[in-house]
Amino acid sequence: MTSVGPTVVAARADGRAALIGYLPAGFPTVEGSIALMQALVDGGVDVVEVGLPYSDPVIDGPTIQAAAETALAAGSRTTDVFHVVEATAARVPTLVMTYWNPVQRYGVERFAADLAAAGGAGLITPDLIPDEAGDWVTAADRHDLDKVFLVAPSSRSERLRLAAEHCRGFVYATAVMGVTGARDETSSAAPGLVRRLREVTDLPVGVGLGVSSGAQAAEVASYADAVIVGSALVRTVLDAAGLDEAVESVTKLTRELAGGARGELRGPAQS
Amino acid sequence: MTHPMPDATGHFGRFGGRFMPEALIAPLDELEDCWRTAMADDAFTGEFRRLLSEYGGLPSLLYDASRFSEVVGARVLLKREDLNHTGAHKIRNVLGQALLTQRMGKKRVIAETGAGQHGVAAATACAYFGLECVVYMGEVDTERQALNVARMKMLGAEVVPVASGSRTLKDAINEALRDWVANVDSTHYLLGTAAGAHPFPAMVRDFTRGIGDEARAQSLELLGRLPDGALACVGGGSNAIGLFAAFVDDPDVRLFGFEAGGDGFETGRHAATISAGEVGVLHGTRSFLLQDEDGQTVESHSISAGLDYPGVGPEHAWLADTGRASYRPITDAQAMDAMVVLAKTEGIIPAIESAHALAGAYDVATELGPDATLVVCLSGRGDKDMVTAATWFDLVDLSDVVEDVVEDAVGDLS
Ligand SMILES: Cc1ncc(COP(=O)(O)O)c(C=O)c1O
Repeated sequence: MTSVGPTVVAARADGRAALIGYLPAGFPTVEGSIALMQALVDGGVDVVEVGLPYSDPVIDGPTIQAAAETALAAGSRTTDVFHVVEATAARVPTLVMTYWNPVQRYGVERFAADLAAAGGAGLITPDLIPDEAGDWVTAADRHDLDKVFLVAPSSRSERLRLAAEHCRGFVYATAVMGVTGARDETSSAAPGLVRRLREVTDLPVGVGLGVSSGAQAAEVASYADAVIVGSALVRTVLDAAGLDEAVESVTKLTRELAGGARGELRGPAQS
Repeated sequence: MTHPMPDATGHFGRFGGRFMPEALIAPLDELEDCWRTAMADDAFTGEFRRLLSEYGGLPSLLYDASRFSEVVGARVLLKREDLNHTGAHKIRNVLGQALLTQRMGKKRVIAETGAGQHGVAAATACAYFGLECVVYMGEVDTERQALNVARMKMLGAEVVPVASGSRTLKDAINEALRDWVANVDSTHYLLGTAAGAHPFPAMVRDFTRGIGDEARAQSLELLGRLPDGALACVGGGSNAIGLFAAFVDDPDVRLFGFEAGGDGFETGRHAATISAGEVGVLHGTRSFLLQDEDGQTVESHSISAGLDYPGVGPEHAWLADTGRASYRPITDAQAMDAMVVLAKTEGIIPAIESAHALAGAYDVATELGPDATLVVCLSGRGDKDMVTAATWFDLVDLSDVVEDVVEDAVGDLS
């Protein structure tokens, strides 16, 4: 399978950060989410991150919660995530972001096999720490999948090391102590966290939580290898009047973010 | 004898552990550290004991319920946690955790609540210690349990209605976790039951295990021997594990947990997590869980708000798995009948939660015979449940009257 690692490294070699864009599968519908994922790629993401909607998303703020509720109410199922992955994986490396219970319920080995078969690159696991990840590590290694664990400003160096040792692809640094959601200011904790990570690993580092504009993406790109954007993209979909408008505004925001990740410092897009 | 579980990483066999965002691992480590050193510190345990006795009204009585025993068909000893300050076993846990909050130098406490019992207990402890208290409560529950909202406000707590998800207890826990992750430096999350990520299940057990330790000593004094069975209701599992902990190493004492069978097991509308759930991960722990085919949490149903939770503490899952304890569903109707029987035979109105354990005693008595002695945890008093009971039994149409009174009271306080 294609690991996202080389894509992120190549972006760095290009003198820019990679852009990773998140949207949930099945939001607002399965077909709609496929169109929106394509808009992410058209707008210039290097990696697509497909969320698996879950009933109890404890690390998500109101925006992503609302999207997950919409998707579940529309009947989104675990297997839908593989269809969505299939649709983008041919164009860019595609990761799935999921809370642990849906994977455990599906069967860890079966999930890994089906994800690999769909062309997925691996998993981002926000509520699975390496300490509990034995089954997943085994399955991921068997199916040649990326394992992206998270680190936080509260993580001490031995935990940074533990996460890095278990990651493949990149290490996901959460920029703030808090839940997902667009924030006006960029994090003051993130640069320090990335610096501490660099002391323990050579893996690329992606920074997420709170990035919503091209200017913020540019700031994160100045110290991280990948910029991860979720809530701001979900927000534009929630605010759009229909799918066509959503596709358009996701493409537009993604272009702005991609510009930021390339280091083109500019403010919010002019209308 | 100390309990051998969990292991060093918080696992009870294949259950327990920490399924949490990495951001919360440091605060969980800090809490575990603080709890372990506190429990080894005589000054802390002495202060905990003093508080329980002088403020909580403990130890609670072990009461020989002879008229109720006649109905049940075996000798029933009631562990009278209903007589504790705030009217339930929960005072033990909140005082323990409030002491730890102080020890960690934190000034703010957050808690979740379903019916409001744990919220009231947490607000009580925070008032006592002068801690800021924020209670997350599902919006549906703030409407159903307006009187407890008034209690919490009177005690100085802020009550935050949670409008996400199913707007009930599980969503209140989600919201409390979201608050915690953003405020860990100042804030302790005072979880209300023996569930959640390590160290909560073991820590809450250690704070509630006085139920069993006292009952064991009281049984020896009263009977000259141990009881034949120990029975408790199981929501998240704190009163049950507090009772069971003292008897786990006594192979002759059978352990029985009673889950909320709601409308009946077969209807799917229940909260019988161990009896009907499957292994899963929720709120930081691996245990049994009510979930659908895709691992999405399914809403639970029970007439008893305190048992209305789709998960259960991991130690109970382990005790069920190993066969050391048995868990059985009790329907709403069975519990409500037992509530009345206790009221009429003993002059004690139990909480509907506790009535599940009382109802469970009937079958256990049949199995163990008339010479058996059963310790049943009367985890709380039923005052809070009078509107529910009045409606269920059609005693009077109290509900409208009470709701009006409550609305006025809440209006005045907010
Ligand atoms: C009186 C009483 N008993 C039992 C419970 C159930 O909790 P647990 O299973 O943690 O003992 C509650 C919860 O609110 C309660 O109020």
